Amino acid sequence: MNRITGIMIVGVGGQGVILASELLCEAAMRMGYDVKKSEVHGMAQRGGSVVSNVRFGEKVYSPLISKGEADILLSFEQLETLRWLDYIKPEGKIIVNMQKIMPMAVAIGQGEYPGDVFGILKRKTDKIYRVDGLGIATKAGNVKAVNVAVIGALSNYLDIPEGIWKEVIENRVPPKTLKINLTAFEMGRNYGQE
Amino acid sequence: MKALLSGNEAIARGAYENGVTVATAYPGTPSTEILENMVNYKDKIYCEWAPNEKVAMEVAIGASFGGARTLVAMKHVGLNVAADPFLTLSYTGVKGGMVVVSADDPSMHSSQNEQDNRHYARLAKVPMLEPSDSQEAKDFVGIALDISEQFDTPVLLRTTTRISHSKTVVELKDRREKPEPAEFERAPQKFVMIPGHARLRHIEVEERLKKLEEYANNAEINRIEWGDAKIGVITSGISYQYVKEAMPEASVLKLGLTYPLAKDLIRSFAEKVDTLFVVEELDPFLEEQIKAMGIKVTGKDKLPLIYEFDQGVIRERLLGEKRKEDNILSDVSLPPRPPVLCPGCPHRGVFYVLKKLKLVVTGDIGCYTLGVVPPLSAMDTTVCMGASVGMAFGAELALKDKIKHKVVGVIGDSTFIHSGITGLIDIVYNKGASTIIILDNRITGMTGHQDNPATGKTLMGERTHQLDLGEVARAVGVKNVRVIDPYDLEETERVIREEVAKDEPSVIITNRPCVLIVKDKEWDKYQVDQELCRSCGMCYKVGCSAIYKENGKAKIDTLFCTGCGVCQQVCKFNAIKKVGEEE
Repeated sequence: MNRITGIMIVGVGGQGVILASELLCEAAMRMGYDVKKSEVHGMAQRGGSVVSNVRFGEKVYSPLISKGEADILLSFEQLETLRWLDYIKPEGKIIVNMQKIMPMAVAIGQGEYPGDVFGILKRKTDKIYRVDGLGIATKAGNVKAVNVAVIGALSNYLDIPEGIWKEVIENRVPPKTLKINLTAFEMGRNYGQE
Repeated sequence: MKALLSGNEAIARGAYENGVTVATAYPGTPSTEILENMVNYKDKIYCEWAPNEKVAMEVAIGASFGGARTLVAMKHVGLNVAADPFLTLSYTGVKGGMVVVSADDPSMHSSQNEQDNRHYARLAKVPMLEPSDSQEAKDFVGIALDISEQFDTPVLLRTTTRISHSKTVVELKDRREKPEPAEFERAPQKFVMIPGHARLRHIEVEERLKKLEEYANNAEINRIEWGDAKIGVITSGISYQYVKEAMPEASVLKLGLTYPLAKDLIRSFAEKVDTLFVVEELDPFLEEQIKAMGIKVTGKDKLPLIYEFDQGVIRERLLGEKRKEDNILSDVSLPPRPPVLCPGCPHRGVFYVLKKLKLVVTGDIGCYTLGVVPPLSAMDTTVCMGASVGMAFGAELALKDKIKHKVVGVIGDSTFIHSGITGLIDIVYNKGASTIIILDNRITGMTGHQDNPATGKTLMGERTHQLDLGEVARAVGVKNVRVIDPYDLEETERVIREEVAKDEPSVIITNRPCVLIVKDKEWDKYQVDQELCRSCGMCYKVGCSAIYKENGKAKIDTLFCTGCGVCQQVCKFNAIKKVGEEE
């Protein structure tokens, strides 16, 4: 049976969501899967809500995940997790980077950042995994490595060997930052297991 | 070899593999990456950013008439700009194969409307191909070039955002070279569209359409995938993927060539299925033509007429499956998160001042259109590329003294070159007194940093003449040309006040580059002295996403602060200071 894995990666423009989804696609392709990925860009999307759909399996038609279809919601920012909650399956997993980024309306006091984000998430599923991407990236040596740290956390929940992830990272990140990114990946991968 | 490519990357690869030697475009989402990737093949393909889509089309037409295989790319609204040469190109036909890519944007992820450019194929009477994934996007470039040469016609290759920006697996091939044209072959009866020639060419166009319809009936890219004959679906483009996912049992007629229609094929398919659906995003382009053939179909009476589809829409609308609603968020309200001007964006200071001065602001298409959202809220109109300039003048004509000295038009550097220049000529020629602010950030910002004639660099990375925007303004007859630093709020306000008060045209040019292209910046970041902050909220009004409210007082996130210093200038209590500055 043709089982398709759907992973929705969400966050805020500038956080590296797109590169993270590229790494995931490359890894899935190296596993021999048919892969499709879709997101929208334009207006550089700085500071805006960003979502990338990744689907892989033996044969994939649609590049989009419909509501209630995602196996994993990989979120780079707490509030954005809520925005896309409808898209995960009842038995789906949620992996959340603990970062909070205030939308403009909230920053200037014209809106409210939701209070108990994890309480709300729990209404949906118990399979919630937290990762301190920013903390890891800072320790690894560059705050920009948040996306790779988060991918490290994701890697625990997919049947893709560690070696493939590392190959993909070596292939995709600038050589100057390779060491930092590999460290961030490993720390992300070990984070949930502490 | 297999690769994971976006539709845009695949189109660039398709042009390379099929011997294209000239490619032109004006950047526009979702089409931009076609030329950005084409330039990887610059040894084989000449690539350029043109000042606008009309010019891009004209350069491509010249190259095609010269015998080269040619591709020109633009977003859907770009084809409106290039429509004038495009519709006559249908009459002249081509010499070297020519593909015109129109990247449409259903759901308007980054556009001012969601027009369905399939109508352009019908209007121009040219064949149109619609790929369904990256593999087809690549293959269809080659097929389009072959059709173009075989039928003496330009070919419209129409993509949508989910084709342009989705990545799917593609098989790569080597390049097939085409012989270099020997010389320009003169053929005025074909290439010079004076009425006497055009009347003859129109006959050719109609005959060509008939031949193309025959071709469509037998084209491999129009194929039937038989399943259960109870349900038949006619579809094309990305909709095909949603149909295959939502209705795996159905029989599908997948159209790769969607204009002219493969009428015989459609008729025979329709006869063999019990219920016939037409599944297409946006307008009932196929549906109306199929209904006009006397065939009974279900389409837009069940499916939405606006926005993108997905497999869920098809399951719900055509199969009657209810979507699972779990109402988990029914009691939670989420603040929206639209894109905002970057921290340190040089446009922020200008918009802050424009709002303060309560001016009517005609705006344009670019990152700076974000000046419309709160708290800046400093833009009153946005219609299309270049419109800000003509509209500023038009507003003055309509409201005369009531609006005198109260209007400015704002436009980016690339947009000004695209189609603002002619509006400025109009203001001078017709004795207007508008003030136009050119927000020169030294790059085409919105589409992700493409060079343009004012940056001094070509798409292929060569140095070139750098267009001087101030000299252009003077040359068209503007006497008042001023350059300002938009990070300096006092200067910005003073100059705008002075120029708006004048009874003749003015151009004000800002002189700070896009904050994302400033390399080696070692600016000091700013922070808020919590003792001195009186919670007055002035700093929030500059709309910088690095500034936020915590425990009632302002704070600056040093991770995001770029050190532009605009917030410091609006703080009346000197609470905003450089990090490390003596207290």
